Amino acid sequence: MKRVINYSPGRGPGLFLAILPFLLIGFVYLTASEARLAVNPADKLMPSFSSFGAALARMALKVDPLSGQYLFWTDTYVSLLRLFSSLLISTVIGLVLGIVIGFIPYVKAGFSALVAVISLIPPLAILPILFILFGLGEPAKLILMVIGVAPYIVRAVALTVGELPKEQMIKAQTLGGSSWQMILRIVLPQVMPRLIDMLRLSLGPAWLYLIAAEAISSEGGLGYRIFLVRRYLAMDVILPYVAWITLLAFLMDVALVATQRRCYPWYNPKEG
Amino acid sequence: MTTIAFKSVSKEYGGVRVLEDISLELADHEFLGVVGPSGAGKSTFLRLLLSQEQPTHGKILIDGQPIAPEPSQDRGVVFQRYSVFPHLSVLRNVTLGREWAKAPLTGRLRGQERGEVEAEAMRLLERVGLGSSADKFPHQLSGGMQQRLAIAQALIVRPKVLLLDEPFGALDPHTRKSMHHLVRELWEENQMTIVMVTHDLSEAFSLSTRVIAIDKIRYDPQDPTAYGSRIVSDIEAKSKIVRESRKAEAVRMLEAVA
Repeated sequence: MKRVINYSPGRGPGLFLAILPFLLIGFVYLTASEARLAVNPADKLMPSFSSFGAALARMALKVDPLSGQYLFWTDTYVSLLRLFSSLLISTVIGLVLGIVIGFIPYVKAGFSALVAVISLIPPLAILPILFILFGLGEPAKLILMVIGVAPYIVRAVALTVGELPKEQMIKAQTLGGSSWQMILRIVLPQVMPRLIDMLRLSLGPAWLYLIAAEAISSEGGLGYRIFLVRRYLAMDVILPYVAWITLLAFLMDVALVATQRRCYPWYNPKEG
Repeated sequence: MTTIAFKSVSKEYGGVRVLEDISLELADHEFLGVVGPSGAGKSTFLRLLLSQEQPTHGKILIDGQPIAPEPSQDRGVVFQRYSVFPHLSVLRNVTLGREWAKAPLTGRLRGQERGEVEAEAMRLLERVGLGSSADKFPHQLSGGMQQRLAIAQALIVRPKVLLLDEPFGALDPHTRKSMHHLVRELWEENQMTIVMVTHDLSEAFSLSTRVIAIDKIRYDPQDPTAYGSRIVSDIEAKSKIVRESRKAEAVRMLEAVA
């Protein structure tokens, strides 16, 4: 008998083991749903897979008579637009502030404590302030998401810059690099692949703040729809929406990993 | 012509004396080896010469002028590790110094200028034996090749002094031998001064024209940090004599031909 840590599955069994929990969850849901529907065919809590399909078809393939739009796609578009613009803004803020804070001692002395404190403010707690200041429109939602994500990126970028080996910076100076040239060709390029990791970790919070903002005040969006149909206990819409959001988040994560591998072949944390 | 002078230099870190009263005159085209036990302040000596740190007392002159208070192009450096940029190809690592000199704002060159710089960099890479690896990234190179790259990268800005901080410490004995040859040859080809810190005595004596040893000679048990290291010996090494005789031989040959 070898130790249990020395047994590892091959490719095939590994894939099977990865899929197995999903199948199990689906099976458990299906059995429970069928049992409930057998007792009460009008049960709304655990709809059958066919009513998911019907709800999705209604939302995605039919024009909504009230708004004249395909709700599912409009919701997706609106939410993704908010998500991407907030991530873009956060990334730009994070890169610029993070690099100057991490690289220039005087800026670090002046700003790092401030950023640390700001990053501790729970963004949802200041959501009312944002609504008071910016109204209930798009800016308040974007600012909420940026406040939720940007301070983390600023701090993570600043830390990353600080962790670049000191020898590199000395060497760069002996090659005649100015501070600006060093930012441009030594610091920024080495921050980029790590920024992708930070973005991956930020996706969760970004979606959280997006849905929170949409739930409270919006005329459309995935989070808005979920909270709207909650009033009718429409689990047949909510669950597919949740699955869709999860799928979108997963695809973004995959895309970020692929970008990192393709654009930064030199970046291989394993070889450190 | 490059001369280096240490004028009674000392260095303290928060009351702890590391180096004291270091005075040294280094003539042109010397190869100085700095040896000493661990913690004696060899690396501090190098960091002072690099302006990575400032002396507490005294001053350091190159060609009679005080050195700049920050690292600059006249003093190139190769560290034991992390001297090359992992995100740049081998070729880009070498062109960097030139690109910075010619493009202050963008830090990168395009078109013909870039071609010229690349040709110059390729010559250097061929010289250190990395001609066929120009497109690789540093992590694809062995330790010895990375150090060759670090040397080529430093040489492209033609420093007056090349500082080597335990440059071969992490290499296996065979690679180390071939690096010794390379460094010796580069030192003879380029009229520059080399200062090398090493803990390997035989390395210091086989490469250098002059070897200094630094160590603590005074120790106060009541106050262990009161005294720092000094230069305890200063030896003209064999290779200086070899070099001088080679030069004389060359002159004699020339005269014979004429």
